[in-house]
Amino acid sequence: MMFLASAGDPLFVHGINFAVALAVIIKVVLAFVFLLVSVLMMIWFERKIISDMQNRVGPDRAGPWGILQSLADGTKLFFKEDLLPDRADKRIFRLAPYLSAVPAFLSFAIVPIGGTITVGHYTTELQVADPPIGILFLLAMSAVAVYGVMLAGWSSGSKYPLLGSVRASAQMVSYEAALGLAVAAVVLYTGDLSTRAIVNGQEGLLRHVLPSWNVFRLGFVPFFVFLIASTAELNRPPFDLVEAEQELVGGFHTEYSSIRFALFFLAEFMNTITMSAIVVTLFLGGPDGPGFHFLRWLWPILWFLGKTLVLLFVQVWLRGTLPRLRYDQLMDLGWKVLIPGSLVWLLILGGMLISFKWGLIVLIASVLFGAALMRARALGAARVEEVGS
Amino acid sequence: MGYFTGFKVTLRQMWKPRVTIKYPEQKRPKPVRFHGRHVLNRYEDGMEKCIGCELCAGVCPARCIHVRGKDNPPDAPVSPGERYGFVYEINYLRCIHCDLCVEACPTEAITESKLFEFSFTSRQDAIYTRDELLVSEDGAPQQLPWEDWRPGDDQNTSAWMRATSPSGSAAEEGVVHWSGERGYGVRSPELGQAPAPLPAGSRLVGRGAPGEAEAAPAAVVASGGGPAVPPESDGGASR
Repeated sequence: MMFLASAGDPLFVHGINFAVALAVIIKVVLAFVFLLVSVLMMIWFERKIISDMQNRVGPDRAGPWGILQSLADGTKLFFKEDLLPDRADKRIFRLAPYLSAVPAFLSFAIVPIGGTITVGHYTTELQVADPPIGILFLLAMSAVAVYGVMLAGWSSGSKYPLLGSVRASAQMVSYEAALGLAVAAVVLYTGDLSTRAIVNGQEGLLRHVLPSWNVFRLGFVPFFVFLIASTAELNRPPFDLVEAEQELVGGFHTEYSSIRFALFFLAEFMNTITMSAIVVTLFLGGPDGPGFHFLRWLWPILWFLGKTLVLLFVQVWLRGTLPRLRYDQLMDLGWKVLIPGSLVWLLILGGMLISFKWGLIVLIASVLFGAALMRARALGAARVEEVGS
Repeated sequence: MGYFTGFKVTLRQMWKPRVTIKYPEQKRPKPVRFHGRHVLNRYEDGMEKCIGCELCAGVCPARCIHVRGKDNPPDAPVSPGERYGFVYEINYLRCIHCDLCVEACPTEAITESKLFEFSFTSRQDAIYTRDELLVSEDGAPQQLPWEDWRPGDDQNTSAWMRATSPSGSAAEEGVVHWSGERGYGVRSPELGQAPAPLPAGSRLVGRGAPGEAEAAPAAVVASGGGPAVPPESDGGASR
């Protein structure tokens, strides 16, 4: 692998000079600003699309088509009184929003939003960092985000936040497994954890027809598992039991107000954007796509943004369509469908990678095993019915 | 594929027309019997209709009306009767717009406009006094600074200057009528009533004036558009 000036050198083993430091700082600031602005746009986008689906108009007062609505809301939030409940664990209560927001910022760092860009003699990748652990960093960050939610609920000293946070931690921990297995399929195929390597591995065409993106190469199962699991991980509808308004007031952030509440909100939408970007990176080829000869650096960015936008629309679409799952349905889906499904798919994929024969053997074995499981389940259900009646 | 039909529905809805009415700019037409802010009416000669009988105050379930009657000064009578309401206050912080006062009023002195967008900022403004409730000389309701009157809204009051009920005909004896017709000013007398000579210089305003009835397409309840209209049509929809 060729090492560019700092491109493939996230740990600075080649030393730090002025150019490297400057590039890192510029990239960090740009990513930060990009995320903040896109959160503002995302909130507006979501509200507009949802209102379209419900035959409403949606926000249309602030700015053209209400595009500045979330800016106005944010400004209002920042000037609100900051309440601290009497029975709250004050230090943790103050800490929790940052535990939520900081990982949301950090996990975007590993997303490659374009190819490389050359300024003068200096070439850099269009991503904040490309650590060798790559995609594991995302899993780590989303695990830390669980702490934010959990501690927020626990430290509020109030029952609804506590219930919300218990639900949240159970949900996020159990869907992390499915998420990890879907990522494992990608990593298995690519043979590298680095997001840049994953993206680079998806260039070119598959059988001269389809783009050789992981969504096609791995079969659609890991893609859909990742999509569902990431929606659950984000606590977005239809998996928003964490903040089920009808049951839990606002869930874990019931007691929060002002800036701290804004931070939770920010984190939620940033995570949504990051997860969509990660789906694009892992399964849809990242910035891969046909480009033109002029402005070579621009087309990958546009491809990346376009794909992310489509996925964000899918997220909003899900929210507009599906009703919230019941808690046992949520756990059933996670443990009985997604995890076994992605595990079996991973095994088949592993077998296929060795040779077609091995893949076929694993496939037949898992079909037989699945059939036996189904039979056992049916027998068990029949017996329960017999005994029960 | 039952799981995916829902997705089709939400996608299809995106292209359908919006049901939202952009409120401050657009407004829904108000129902005919909408109860809004009250007006105190006058006769066409400028006399007040209120006789200070306090029936409205008595019937008011929210106890928001305060009336005190007083004998008319003989040299300058305010109302045609013996007494007039010299204090008339409605507290709009309490009023529930039930319209019982309008039903109770024997002289149709108090009726309602369709105005509900009045956002006062003090208790003083919330309590409407007689001076604020009284219609102007030509029967138009007063437009106070904190009220949102749009052009044409005053046509939606029932502040006719003619006397009371659509009676005057024996067939309507004992039949209660609402003041359903909207408009204000002097209207032509109903069948069975003697035509009133218009006071000199008075203007014909409102829907009751002949020739203006066509200009007001929103007249849902047929008003006494002219002498030819039989009394049955008057407020007939609201009997």
